[in-house]
Amino acid sequence: MTTTGSTESTATDVVARVTDLRVHFPVGRGSVVHAVDGVSLDVRRGETLGLVGESGSGKSTTGLALLRLVHVTSGTVEVAGQDVTTWSRRQVKPLRRRVAMVFQDPSASLDPRLTIGASIAEPLAVHGLRGSKAERRERVGELLDLVGLRPDMADRHPHEMSGGQRQRVGIARALAGEPDLLVLDEPIASLDLSVQAQIMNLLRRLQEELGLTYLFISHDLAAVEHMSDRVAVMYLGRIVETGTPEQIYRNPAHPYTAALLSAVPTADPARERERRRITLHGDIPSPVDPPSGCRFRTRCPAARPDCAEKDPDLYQVEEGHRAACLYKVEAVREMRAGADRATG
Amino acid sequence: MSEPVLALEGLTVTFGSARGTARVVDGVDWAVHPGQTLAVVGESGSGKSMTVLSATGLAPRGAKVTGTVRLLGEELTAMSDADRRRARGRHIGFVYQDPMTSLNPVMTVGRQVSEACEEHLGMSKQEGRKRAVELLGLVGIPSPEERVDNYPHQFSGGMRQRVVIAMALANEPEVLIADEATTALDVTTQAQILELVAGLQERLGTAVVWITHDLGVVAGIADRVVVMYGGRIIEQGKVDDLFADPAHPYTQALLAARPQPGVRADRLLTIAGTPPLPTELPPGCAFWPRCPVRGDARCEHEEPPLVEVAPGHEVRSFYRADPAVTEERSA
Ligand SMILES: Nc1ncnc2c1ncn2[C@@H]1O[C@H](COP(=O)(O)OP(=O)(O)OP(=O)(O)O)[C@@H](O)[C@H]1O
Ligand SMILES: Nc1ncnc2c1ncn2[C@@H]1O[C@H](COP(=O)(O)OP(=O)(O)OP(=O)(O)O)[C@@H](O)[C@H]1O
Ligand code: SF4
Ligand SMILES: [Mg+2]
Ligand SMILES: [Mg+2]
Repeated sequence: MTTTGSTESTATDVVARVTDLRVHFPVGRGSVVHAVDGVSLDVRRGETLGLVGESGSGKSTTGLALLRLVHVTSGTVEVAGQDVTTWSRRQVKPLRRRVAMVFQDPSASLDPRLTIGASIAEPLAVHGLRGSKAERRERVGELLDLVGLRPDMADRHPHEMSGGQRQRVGIARALAGEPDLLVLDEPIASLDLSVQAQIMNLLRRLQEELGLTYLFISHDLAAVEHMSDRVAVMYLGRIVETGTPEQIYRNPAHPYTAALLSAVPTADPARERERRRITLHGDIPSPVDPPSGCRFRTRCPAARPDCAEKDPDLYQVEEGHRAACLYKVEAVREMRAGADRATG
Repeated sequence: MSEPVLALEGLTVTFGSARGTARVVDGVDWAVHPGQTLAVVGESGSGKSMTVLSATGLAPRGAKVTGTVRLLGEELTAMSDADRRRARGRHIGFVYQDPMTSLNPVMTVGRQVSEACEEHLGMSKQEGRKRAVELLGLVGIPSPEERVDNYPHQFSGGMRQRVVIAMALANEPEVLIADEATTALDVTTQAQILELVAGLQERLGTAVVWITHDLGVVAGIADRVVVMYGGRIIEQGKVDDLFADPAHPYTQALLAARPQPGVRADRLLTIAGTPPLPTELPPGCAFWPRCPVRGDARCEHEEPPLVEVAPGHEVRSFYRADPAVTEERSA
C-alpha cells in the first residue's frame, strides 16, 4: 500500500516529488532498517515544506533521497519532472546543482583545512560554473554578501568563525550552484537561541530574493510552524499527516501530531500550568521491525484492536489536509477527552 | 520561607590563560528551597554548567573558585575535599550534561545504580540491587526486574536518560541538579521526563536546579528563574514576573526571538552578533555590544549592578527593556 501526500499539484509547479519511496538499510544478520517506508510527497515551486517528526522517523533519509545520496530501495524520485531514481553517478552530478543540502552541523560539513572562500568555490568548479579563478573569487564575494558575511571573510578558516557564521557559509556553499531546491536538514539545531532567529530570517529573505524552494527538516515545531507553507509529519518511516501550518497546529487530525504538539512547551508559564498534555508512553519502536497495522498503535492512546490489523491510508480531512488514522478525527477527539479527564 | 537547600553567594570562577584571565562565572548568587525548582537559562558558554560544577566541588583542573556555597546550612566551600565529596554524595543528585559520560558502557545499569546506593547509603550488594530495581521502576523503565541486567547500549536515548536520573536519585538527594537533562531528547520523551521529575519532587520534596536553554521548559517547570549572560546573572525573578515583564533587554530579546505559536510573523526579532567569549568580555555591561537599548556611555564603561526592580525581581542593566516590545509579543 502507499501513503499518498500529493495529488493536488500539477507537474509544472512541482520541483521535486517522491512517490512511495522506500529506503531500507541492511544492518547485518538479515536485519533491515525501514528508514523510509512508503513516503510520497511533492515539493512545490517557491514553497517551504516543513518535515517534522521524532528522532529516527526518517526525515534526513527522505532529504538525502532527493539528492540521490542514499540508495533508493523502491519508489521513485523526480526532480523538475525527470525521474532520477535510476540515474547513474555521472547523470546525478548536475542534479546536485538543482538540489543542494544544508546540514545541521556546519563545522562537520566544511573542510577545516580549506578557507571558507575555497569551500564555497568548490561547487562552482565542480559544476564548471565560473571559468576563471578571478570570476570564482568574485562570485564567492557575492555569495558571502548574500548571506550577510563580509566578503573579506573568504580568507578565514572555519574554526575562526562562530557557529552562526559557519552556518551562513554552509548556506552560501549550497547556493553556489544556483539550486532550485534547498534541503535544509536541521539548519538551526546547533545554533544559539539568539542566532537561530538570524538564520531563519536569512533563509526567508533568500527565498524571497532568489525564488528558492525549501524542504525544511526540523524537530523544532515552533520553527517549522514559522517557516513553512505546508507541513508533513513523519513517524517511523511514514508521513502520518500533511497540511498547512494552520491545519496541522490548530486542528491536528492524527493522534501522533496531537500528542507531539501537546508536548511542546511554550514560553508562557500561565499556559503551561493549564496545559492538558497527552502523554505518550514508551519510545518510538525500532524501524527494524515496525508494528503491524498502524505504526503508531503501540503508543497511541486511542488505539483499538483494529489498528493492529489495518495499515491506514492518508484520507482527506479537508482541502489540503490529510491524515493516516483509521478512526479519523474521532481518535484525536477521544484522546483529548482522555487528557481532560486525567488532568481535570 | 524555609532554609534554602543550596545557596550560592558571590560564586566566581576564573581560568588563567595566555590571553589573560577568563572570568567564566562572576559573582553568582542564588538559592533553591525544598520542593522548589530553580531554572538557570542562558546561551552556550554563559557559565551555567561551570556554576553548578564549581559550586559542588567539581570544577575542572585550573579553575580558581571563590565565593561561598552552603548545602543544608553547612559551608561546602570551607570543607576538606573528602568532606565535600561525602556531603555531595549524600545530599546532591547530579545529572550531567552529557549522559554518556555518566554511564559506564561495560557495566550493567543495575550495577551502576546499585553501586551508588552502596556507596552513599551503605547498602549491601543485595539491598543495592533491590533498590536499583525499585529506582528503575520509579523512573518509568518498563519491567525493571528484566532491564536491570542490561547494558546502556541496549537502551534508547530516552531510557538512558531515565537511568541517569535513577542514578542521581539513588542517594535520596535533597537537591537534584539537572544540566540540560532533556536537551537531546524528543519532545514527547522530554514531556515524560519533566512529568516524572515533577512527580518525584511533589512526593519527596526534592529541590531542583534545572539548567536549560529552552525557555518553554523553564515556563513549564520553574518557580524561580536565573538568566545568565557572559558568566553573570543579568536577571532573576519568579517565573511569572520574568516572562510577563522581562526587565533586561537581553531577556526580552531572547523571548522575542522565538517564533510565537499561531503567529506567522514575516521576520523574527533578532539580537545582532553572538554571545561574548569569556576572554573578550567588554568592560561595561556584557550585553552592551548587542543591546538594542544601549542607554548611554555608562553601559559601555561601567558594569551595571544587580538591582531589585520589584519584590524578588532583580536586573543587571542601567536601562529597562522596552515594554512596548513585550506587549507586541504577547498581543
Ligand atoms: N546508513 C544507515 N544505515 C543504517 N541505518 C540508518 C542509516 N541511516 C539512517 N539509519 C536509520 O534509519 C532511521 C531513520 O534515520 P534518519 O536519520 O532519516 O532519521 P531522522 O528523522 O533524520 O532522525 P533525527 O531527528 O535523529 O535526525 C533511523 O533508525 C536511523 O538509525
Ligand atoms: N577547562 C576550562 N578552561 C577554560 N575555560 C573553560 C573550561 N571549561 C569551560 N570553560 C569556559 O567557561 C565558559 C562557561 O562554560 P559553561 O560550560 O559553564 O557554559 P554553559 O552555559 O554550560 O554552556 P552550554 O549551554 O554550551 O552548556 C565557556 O566560555 C567555556 O569555554
Ligand atoms: S487510532 Fe489507531 S490508526 Fe489512529 S493513530 Fe491511533 S493506532 Fe493509529
Ligand atoms: Mg536527521
Ligand atoms: Mg553547559
